Amino acid sequence: MPFFVQLAHHFLPETILAVGVMVLILIGAWRGERGFGLVDEMAVGILGLALVTIALSSTPGASVFDGAYVDDGFSRFMKALTLIGAIVSILLSVDWLQRNGLEKFEYPVLIILSTLGMLLLISADNLIALYLGLELMSLALYVMAAFARDDGKSSEAGLKYFVLGALSSGMMLYGASLLYGFAGTISFSGIAAVVSTSAPIGVIFGLVFVLAALAFKMSAAPFHMWTPDVYQGAPTPVTAFFASAAKMAAVAITLRLVFTAFPSAKDQWRQIVVFISIASMLLGSFAAIGQENIKRLMAYSSIGHMGFALIGLAAADEAGVRGVAIYLTIYLIMTLGTFAAILAMRVQGRYVENVADLAGLSRTNGWMAFFLAMLMFSLAGVPPLAGFFAKYYVLLAAVDAGLFSLAVIGVLASAVAAYYYLRVVKVMYFDEPAPAFDRAPMAVRAVLAVSTLALLGFWVYPTPVMDAAAAAAKSLF
Amino acid sequence: MFGFGILSGVIFLPLVGVAFLLTQKGDDDASLRNIRWATLATTLTTFALSLFIWSGFDQTSAAFQFVEQKNWLGSGLVYKMGVDGFSMPFVLLTTFLMPFAILASWDSVQKRVKEYMIAFLVLETLMIGVFCALDLVLFYLFFEGGLIPMFLIIGIWGGKRRVYASFKFFLYTLVGSLLMLVAILAMYGKAGTTDITVLLNTDFPKEMQTWLWLAFFASFAVKMPMWPVHTWLPDAHVEAPTAGSVILAAILLKMGGYGFIRFSLPMFPDASTHFAPLIYALSVIAIVYTSLVALVQEDIKKLIAYSSVAHMGYVTMGLFTLNAQGMQGAIFQMISHGFVSGALFLCVGVIYDRMHTREIAAYGGLVNRMPIYAFVFMLFTMANVGLPGTTGFIGEFLSLAGAFQASSWVALIATSGVIFSAAYALYLYRRVIFGALEKPSLMTITDLTPREIAIFAPLVLITIYYGVQPQAILNATQASVDNLIQTHTALIDAVKLAAAGQ
Repeated sequence: MPFFVQLAHHFLPETILAVGVMVLILIGAWRGERGFGLVDEMAVGILGLALVTIALSSTPGASVFDGAYVDDGFSRFMKALTLIGAIVSILLSVDWLQRNGLEKFEYPVLIILSTLGMLLLISADNLIALYLGLELMSLALYVMAAFARDDGKSSEAGLKYFVLGALSSGMMLYGASLLYGFAGTISFSGIAAVVSTSAPIGVIFGLVFVLAALAFKMSAAPFHMWTPDVYQGAPTPVTAFFASAAKMAAVAITLRLVFTAFPSAKDQWRQIVVFISIASMLLGSFAAIGQENIKRLMAYSSIGHMGFALIGLAAADEAGVRGVAIYLTIYLIMTLGTFAAILAMRVQGRYVENVADLAGLSRTNGWMAFFLAMLMFSLAGVPPLAGFFAKYYVLLAAVDAGLFSLAVIGVLASAVAAYYYLRVVKVMYFDEPAPAFDRAPMAVRAVLAVSTLALLGFWVYPTPVMDAAAAAAKSLF
Repeated sequence: MFGFGILSGVIFLPLVGVAFLLTQKGDDDASLRNIRWATLATTLTTFALSLFIWSGFDQTSAAFQFVEQKNWLGSGLVYKMGVDGFSMPFVLLTTFLMPFAILASWDSVQKRVKEYMIAFLVLETLMIGVFCALDLVLFYLFFEGGLIPMFLIIGIWGGKRRVYASFKFFLYTLVGSLLMLVAILAMYGKAGTTDITVLLNTDFPKEMQTWLWLAFFASFAVKMPMWPVHTWLPDAHVEAPTAGSVILAAILLKMGGYGFIRFSLPMFPDASTHFAPLIYALSVIAIVYTSLVALVQEDIKKLIAYSSVAHMGYVTMGLFTLNAQGMQGAIFQMISHGFVSGALFLCVGVIYDRMHTREIAAYGGLVNRMPIYAFVFMLFTMANVGLPGTTGFIGEFLSLAGAFQASSWVALIATSGVIFSAAYALYLYRRVIFGALEKPSLMTITDLTPREIAIFAPLVLITIYYGVQPQAILNATQASVDNLIQTHTALIDAVKLAAAGQ
């Protein structure tokens, strides 16, 4: 296939982002601080355009660039989720940045760069492409965590994230070098061919290191330590981006790696995944109970949810991947909605982020309380909200695969987690009102309303998500 | 009706009321009146529509009727609804009691009236859905979804310790239900469908039945509630507003019993036979122990809550006898308890609205100023005790008769519960109604208002009517009960035969 055909048919979204981001940097450099508004709007446009090209792409999937890069149904599905996360994160951030005097054009540029890294990561088909995507994504994320540079907590978050991220990159490189050294190839399919005949111990070692590094990016226990501090310290819109888009990419590459490079080492990586899953669910449930800061609470909640999503991976079959894809879709909606609600927590011009600040919200702002309550019930997995279906499909895959104890631990952990989600509802509905919030900007209210309605109405018409997820899972096998 | 049947109409009609309530703005008297009347009209229409279903219901058939089916999630999930002899009485019970719950909240709920009414209407939809669902996942959806409105009803409009009670209610029920969810998934894995009509004819391996039975038991035992997982109920009852208690006692508890009849008994016959002694043991402990606990309560609502646990003990005992008397009696007991305990909580609501306390010690001598109330309260107290001529007697008598066939010891101990229940109920009645009217605060208390009389009159009539003419309810359930017992006996015999042949 000629280079430009490959580019046009299988690399178009990435090309759009790469060219777009360079244009945006030029505009930013030209117009300086005044360029924020324009760059911001154009960034949404560029990401939206990439999303449209993915939605409209009808060419059959293919491996391009000499097997470095794969474009298939699974990658398209995950890329679409990532781009939606990125677009909504930008929409949510505008007002926050302006109120905090941070309307710098670098912000949307960094989001696009990071998103580009995520797209590369999702489609990576060999170890080099994997590392390239991972670092492009992470380096931009480190800077964004420290974006509020006059805020001590934000700088701390950036530094922590960077140091621990560098550690995980080191583990990734070490694992990758082991894989290359023992398998003699960097391509996933090449590794799969080696593993299918005999699995040298070095390859298994390499797999463990690579999985540890990816668990770090997913913020799954026991590699979650950075998550609470970074979630709390980073600017709230950045946290929304971490919790939504970045998670999608990390889970996607984990799925691709284990299913394309290690399909015959299933028994080995399954043990690791089961352990990580259980550890994350338990930690996410119990550690969140005592949290007062809602961003920190969401950090633990996200750890727990990643553990739950990994149940689908532990099932290690097509139904499991479909479950994970559905889970991630619904998790994305829930996360974006919740962070929209957190961004609407502003009292007399000052942003607040304690659970106690929500007290009596049902009387001061009934609709916001209702939306946030529904988000919490959905996060807890109470039917008929969408969060239940997310859990349903991963559990279904796990039970089908005979992982009964994992499923039982999962549901018990989610019952514990229900306690702290309910606490948020309790504070909003049962407590006496705290000072009312200021009127939230249009974009924030719209994201909150749309995401909640999507969760509430999911059971009425779930077919599009179900079909897309099934198609995505199918292409991975 | 838009491609859906009348059953869906009954289920979703309350949501139409919710849509109307959402359009109501403002807190002035006129709009509050609109909200109350609209809610009442919705529940009454729903009741009328359910009567329409009842008129078309064929009592002689054990099959599901008014079945409607739509493709839904893909992967084997369908929207499937239908009623049979087990579910029809509960659907009617639900739609019948909802208007009373709304009327009971007419004046006593003054804050956030709109949200209150919406919560009740949503709850009604979910409750009817539980009894009509013919797909396990759909059932689970309604079963669990009901937690949200009830959590809010207890938590927002409840008493002093409402937060504790609402959390306890939610988390207890959730843990049990989640285990049931895993079992549902396992059944789906085995049978390839969650269609209840198919699962009823699926033979699960014996060992699998044991685990499935235990998982379903975890959910229904909490919901029922059975000893020792009943402790959420007294808290929830005490803190819930009057109407919340009525619905909780009259309908939500019945979901546990309904679950046993619909799933545990017919789908896991071996395990049900195997675990029947466990159920008997827990049931008689519940009957005797909670009756004794009820005897020493200081709070009227708590006393009635404990008496509910004891009465549910008769239900579980009767169901697992697996003979016609026991099962019919258990179902009748559930319906009767729906009327009687609902009415008792309404009685407590009447004096609570006037005095704002539920302490037994705060009352005494009410008969002097409230003769009509004293009569109504006495009638339902007697029905609760199981006086012949009221519905309570039929249910207790039949389930005890069934238990006697299964095990005379169980019946012997359980019968002692009848005496205890007479003791605590009469003791309560004496302390509240009789004696001298000494408390100064009670000197000006007024008798039932016309609205309250209008609430109680139908309940009084129905309690006596079905106490004398129980045949109407028994006939409705008979075909389904006979069918269940026949299938069950055939299955157990087949297992025995196979064991003997080896």
